Amino acid sequence: MSAFEGPFGPAFAIVAMALATYLCRVAGVVIMSRVKLTPMVERGLAALPGSIVAATIVPIAIKAGPAGIAGVLAAVVVTRLTHSEIAALACGVALAAAMRALGIG
Amino acid sequence: MSSAPPALTFSGCLQGARIVLPTLPGVAAFAIAFGAGSVQKGLTVWESVAASFFVTAGTAQLLSLELWRDHWTFGSLLTIAAVTATVNARFILMGASLQPWLRGISVPVQAASLFLLFEASWLAAEKHRAQGGRDVGVFIGAGIVSWLAWTAATVPGYWIGTLVADPKRFGLDLVLPCFLASLAVVLWRGPRRSGVPWAIAAVVAFLTQTLVPGYVFIVAGSIAGAVAGAVMRERV
Repeated sequence: MSAFEGPFGPAFAIVAMALATYLCRVAGVVIMSRVKLTPMVERGLAALPGSIVAATIVPIAIKAGPAGIAGVLAAVVVTRLTHSEIAALACGVALAAAMRALGIG
Repeated sequence: MSSAPPALTFSGCLQGARIVLPTLPGVAAFAIAFGAGSVQKGLTVWESVAASFFVTAGTAQLLSLELWRDHWTFGSLLTIAAVTATVNARFILMGASLQPWLRGISVPVQAASLFLLFEASWLAAEKHRAQGGRDVGVFIGAGIVSWLAWTAATVPGYWIGTLVADPKRFGLDLVLPCFLASLAVVLWRGPRRSGVPWAIAAVVAFLTQTLVPGYVFIVAGSIAGAVAGAVMRERV
């Protein structure tokens, strides 16, 4: 046990975190390369990217309050209007910052 | 699924780099927050930069500072690895969604490029792919820029972090959510193919977040949405 103490303890911790993270990064690809791509699996994979996006932004926006919800909605609207993610990002972030500066959200 | 062979070009790398440029202020703000936090927990500047360079996962790194200690045991190392894996479990799903697109790329190149799997690079790849693109360079270019920006911004965070104002005040905590929302528009395939799975993903994620602490909600919601998409009759 004592091998992990002393000056190399933090290095071991960083290596442990790096390994755990890299395993997550490759695991999905490794698993899916062993799964047969049936039409059902294909439909599931096709729905996956949008589901990841929805599952990430909806709870985060709600947790961030009115400014978070307004910012994310503004990004969607501006993307539809301009097809530019830079404009979408600028509007969403600026709206949220402005609302927070005004004390809303 | 596209049947065209995958490519890896330098112009693709540049295209990917351009796609993630707008996320860099948000990326930098959180790397600065990590750098600043790591000073408080007693990391040296080298340890702080090494963590950003080798781990490169914002939420996991910020959370790991809460578990940081002066004396490490086998048990505490296992704990920090387990917490890191839990927070980063969403990468498993992102990798799974990219896998059909990476087929045909050699295994060593896949293994190396997956080191660069971050939210921003995944987003750039999915956007390119939604438009019919087959250039893995987009993923790699986006990844390299995000990775270097994240690592580089840790250094000023370490030295001047305590002077930097709360990133929330400038809305910088919403950079990635807004970027993801922008991607959602590109991925949208109509109410039947996208609306139902996304709504299920959002509701399950929200409920999970209110019931379970931590970041399980992303994984739970994503799987629910994918399963909904898989069992629905219409072919996507």
